[in-house]
Amino acid sequence: MKLTAENREKIAFFVLGIAAFLVLVPVFLILFILMAKGAHAINWEFLTTKPRLGMKAGGIFPAIVGTVYLVLGTVTVALPLGLFAAIYLVEYAKGNWLTRMVEVAIVNLAGVPSVVYGLFGMGLFVIFMKLGASILAGSLTLAIMILPVIITASREALSTVPKSFREVSLALGVSKWQTIRHVVLPNALAGILTGTILGVSRAAGETAPILFTVAAFYLPKLPKSIFDQCMALPYHLYVLSTQVPNVNPKIQYGTALVLVALVFFTNLVAIVIRARFRARKQW
Amino acid sequence: MKRIWEAAVEKFILLNGLACVVFVILIFLFLAKEGLALFKTFSPLNFFAGTQWYPISEPPKYGILPLFLGSLVVTLGATVISVPLGMACALFIGEIAPRWMREILKAGVELLAAIPSIVIGFIGMMTLAPWVKQIFHLPTGLTALSGSITLAFMAVPTIVSIMEDAITAVPKIYREGSFALGATHWQTIRRVVIPAASSGTVAAIMLGIGRVIGETMAVMMITGNAAVMPNTLLAPVRTMTATIAAEMGEAVQGSEHYFALFAIGLVLFVITFLINMTADIFLHREKK
Repeated sequence: MKLTAENREKIAFFVLGIAAFLVLVPVFLILFILMAKGAHAINWEFLTTKPRLGMKAGGIFPAIVGTVYLVLGTVTVALPLGLFAAIYLVEYAKGNWLTRMVEVAIVNLAGVPSVVYGLFGMGLFVIFMKLGASILAGSLTLAIMILPVIITASREALSTVPKSFREVSLALGVSKWQTIRHVVLPNALAGILTGTILGVSRAAGETAPILFTVAAFYLPKLPKSIFDQCMALPYHLYVLSTQVPNVNPKIQYGTALVLVALVFFTNLVAIVIRARFRARKQW
Repeated sequence: MKRIWEAAVEKFILLNGLACVVFVILIFLFLAKEGLALFKTFSPLNFFAGTQWYPISEPPKYGILPLFLGSLVVTLGATVISVPLGMACALFIGEIAPRWMREILKAGVELLAAIPSIVIGFIGMMTLAPWVKQIFHLPTGLTALSGSITLAFMAVPTIVSIMEDAITAVPKIYREGSFALGATHWQTIRRVVIPAASSGTVAAIMLGIGRVIGETMAVMMITGNAAVMPNTLLAPVRTMTATIAAEMGEAVQGSEHYFALFAIGLVLFVITFLINMTADIFLHREKK
């Protein structure tokens, strides 16, 4: 029996559909496993107390605080830098070799392995600039890592603002920078925020860049300044699952669940902002 | 006054724009400075062609070959799994799925991309590795194969999102022309859409591979970390990235071992740089 073109199509679409849903399997599997094995570990005490008994008991409070500090530090550095870089590319850059070079640099920055960022951060910030392993060094390293995410998203947001908006403002005699500041930026804000939040969620989950630049194996007290080391959720999970023997799996899964919940929550915020903005968009 | 202010702002913004270029150059310079210092005391030939990585033996051996091959084996395995899967998923999302299904699938792929690699490594270590151990009757489930499977799912979101962009960029009239000639939707996808999106597809695959080579934490937790020459998928291996992450904490700053780890970093940087450049050339070609 020879297959007709229609039957061939049915078979092909079926196979492609299966493959597409296969991609979702690990997402559900991971969420399901984490919920099933980690949910009952999470209570007020787990979230708000320090680890005890060599991290085999107690909570993960210092790791949560550390991750929040790192994320705040990262955003403070990466957002202005990334936003201005995007403004340069959209509003000021001419289509010449210089622009092309910046684009190539962004692409390469996005592809540098995370552990190489760790090496670089250690070499430049920790040792060369003598910042030591500190929140500052870790934030700077993470900031460079998420720069491409912020630039790419901001760039897209800025370039979707219609040209006529700018022309009207310029025609009224407003200067270029003021046009950008008061006309273009407010209209691109949602896209910029979305990109920034996605970058932040990436920074919150990364381990390799903070290994040698900030992360403390076990530090029961909270950091006092940006020159202190701190614990961080992803590194804490790494320590619990590979470095400390005989940890109760409940604590491991609980830590993983908190990390994933944090990352998914930030992603959700980004998705909501994007959706609301799309609904409100007038042009 | 106003004009001076405007000019100052423009210069300041230009400076920010150039920051990325500066960072790429800085990263390269730092890796090169520390990495090349190794070759003052250790011959490049023994580094690149040495089959033994024993940094704490006497004399120490810094042969990168087992680590390079470790990365290569895991990457090839992951590519074999992730490329068909990613391409199929991108085609389904971009061409076939109805709108509601497309939104669900896209959200799912985004979620997959958002899961931190340490969590994927942790789950892989706790669930996938025991399965691999049982199915193949192995002494340990922490093998190159487990690593490949795990990494495949980390490369899929990259492949899907870039290839889907390429598919959506194919002009609608191409498809309409094909339909008008009586071709079925599947024939159109195979003979028109896929060839038209080929540049973007190549770029998607390249970037997916780049993602896999650079992946560190998951691969460190799940491949068993044995720095030996790999000869099967079913044995532990160690990748270049995992070696840096695992040993940098113990290496004394300024020691030969320290420089050797930076040299591995330099090799990684050069490899990913070449991959990204190639992908970018393909993407740029597509835009035209």
